[in-house]
Amino acid sequence: MMLSKGLKRKREEEEEEEPEKEALAVDTWWLDPRLPAVAQAPPAVPSNSLLDLSVLKLHHSLRQSEPDLRHLVLLVNTLRRIQASMEPEATLPSVPSPPEAPGVAADSLLASSDAALSASMASLLEDLSHIEGLSQAPQPLVDEGPPGRPSGGAPPGLGALDLLGPATGCLLDDELKGLFEDIDTSMYDSELWAPASEGLKPGPEDGPGKEEGLELDEAQLDYLLDVLVGTQALERPPGPGR
Amino acid sequence: MPAAEADKRARGIGALAQDTLWCFSQVKGTIEIGATEADIISTVEFNHTGELLATGDKGGRVVIFQREQESKNQVHRRGEYNVYSTFQSHEPEFDYLKSLEIEEKINKIRWLPQQNAAYFLLSTNDKTVKLWKVSERDKRPEGYNLKDEEGRLRDPATITTLRVPVLRPMDLMVEATPRRVFANAHTYHINSISVNSDYETYMSADDLRINLWNFEITNQSFNIVDIKPANMEELTEVITAAEFHPHHCNTFVYSSSKGTIRLCDMRASALCDRHTKFFEEPEDPSNRSFFSEIISSISDVKFSHSGRYIMTRDYLTVKVWDLNMENRPIETYQVHDYLRSKLCSLYENDCIFDKFECVWNGSDSVIMTGSYNNFFRMFDRNTKRDVTLEASRENSKPRAILKPRKVCVGGKRRKDEISVDSLDFSKKILHTAWHPSENIIAVAATNNLYIFQDKVN
Repeated sequence: MMLSKGLKRKREEEEEEEPEKEALAVDTWWLDPRLPAVAQAPPAVPSNSLLDLSVLKLHHSLRQSEPDLRHLVLLVNTLRRIQASMEPEATLPSVPSPPEAPGVAADSLLASSDAALSASMASLLEDLSHIEGLSQAPQPLVDEGPPGRPSGGAPPGLGALDLLGPATGCLLDDELKGLFEDIDTSMYDSELWAPASEGLKPGPEDGPGKEEGLELDEAQLDYLLDVLVGTQALERPPGPGR
Repeated sequence: MPAAEADKRARGIGALAQDTLWCFSQVKGTIEIGATEADIISTVEFNHTGELLATGDKGGRVVIFQREQESKNQVHRRGEYNVYSTFQSHEPEFDYLKSLEIEEKINKIRWLPQQNAAYFLLSTNDKTVKLWKVSERDKRPEGYNLKDEEGRLRDPATITTLRVPVLRPMDLMVEATPRRVFANAHTYHINSISVNSDYETYMSADDLRINLWNFEITNQSFNIVDIKPANMEELTEVITAAEFHPHHCNTFVYSSSKGTIRLCDMRASALCDRHTKFFEEPEDPSNRSFFSEIISSISDVKFSHSGRYIMTRDYLTVKVWDLNMENRPIETYQVHDYLRSKLCSLYENDCIFDKFECVWNGSDSVIMTGSYNNFFRMFDRNTKRDVTLEASRENSKPRAILKPRKVCVGGKRRKDEISVDSLDFSKKILHTAWHPSENIIAVAATNNLYIFQDKVN
């Protein structure tokens, strides 16, 4: 209940704070009956709600006992497109897309065992939540985006993600992550992601203002540079059964 | 025959979509709103003569209708379709190894050409294809020597005379028996089956593989297409439909979720991973959106009867391709372009993933496909005229002429038009069929089957 209320508030704030995003209004016209239906101008940047929706769909699809492969593949490809367009022009030296990049997403689709599936799902959600956390201000981002904690402090209103435990709080702590790696969180997830739980993402709009966003920017940049230089471990230990 | 002759005949059979007046003929199925999900029709198919019409449903049942003989007394009334046979083709199964339930829903039915008194059809669910024999019995042998009237064995010691059993007439009985079960060949969900023109083989296609079967052999099949990547993480495309060429038994096509069609020749190699032809239309940059790939995913592919063209259906259009031109279709028809600005909400309610089928008429001059709100569309390839019709109980008076429908896209709505926002997206026409030689169509609307015919003057 709380999560969906949070989402509503966020949407209204989005409309207030970012009136220049006319294109997005088209995406969300169906959510707000007051908005007139306008001809579609393909939005250059997807709305956060589109990303939320896609992640939710993916999660729902993965929860099926035997996911529809076509549906899954189309969802993942669409999600990749959305993610790709949320990344701004890279100012870093060209980073070859790590081979695991599609793997992190695809892994979660196509792993055959339940344990691997839930571990992959958790990691996919981590990745996406990480990207969403950064999406407020344009930031250079490695495609895979190993989960990194914004050093400016976790944005308030993480909501559901906090409850996942290691997903946000201690992402850099490999030991802790390793502890939780092989726990089957699928049941846990399904309670969280019940129909009302659209509050998948942290609320960047509720959270830090523009200046703090810039701080996150630099911290993230540092982290990414560390990754590139190799001082940070990029790979997560593979889940069981993968 | 000379081209002019062929043209004349085509015009006679197909008629023009606009000039053809379609009339309601029959509707099969329950009227109650609370009809069960098992009754939802999932496939419709005429046999090669049009005498039989088969439907499959979500509950795994097949119902076959037979056209009654036309009586000379009632010339104005064409033969109606009546139930001929009903049987349970597939049952729900449980895969214990993967702990999964296998749906009994019939995905496709395909008829074999008739070679004797019996009828044969293939029906498939997600995993298993079955060959069914449908035959009539109107005589019964009587007077067995070793069995009594109830079929119990007689003690040979009590038999003192011999007689020849005779056939006596009985009430017509139509039996459906499973003659072959082709199982355990598909890891993924079967989306298509297609009978080869050699009548000896057929293919079954799932998301990643296509297998070739011989009708006589159930314990093995040949894998002819495999697009499963070595590393599943690299999977970005699946097979969505496949069909054999109507005349060339070595040729088939398959479509993908990325809007491409590949034509393969089985003579080239055992594994047809390399296509002979590759059909793809370049993306229109002005129409690009996050949903571009989803709406380009091909949901159906059908060869024309002539074998010269293929027709594909994606979310918003139907396209006709000439086999000799790979870089773009020769014709594109907009089915419901007014949905282009609603893609986001159709994505939200999953309608954007709906898989519509498409069909040719007997002369390849008119094509038909379904839409929402129980609307279906016909496009005349010669006149370029199209019509939107509706399958509904309101238009269900016998021989009532169907009135063309129109969707209003913006501005003022005229009296008979319906606005886009009023469309009922739960009423989708995914499956339709066209009689092989006459203007008779079968339209599946959820759990009801509508049969329409052109007006007989």
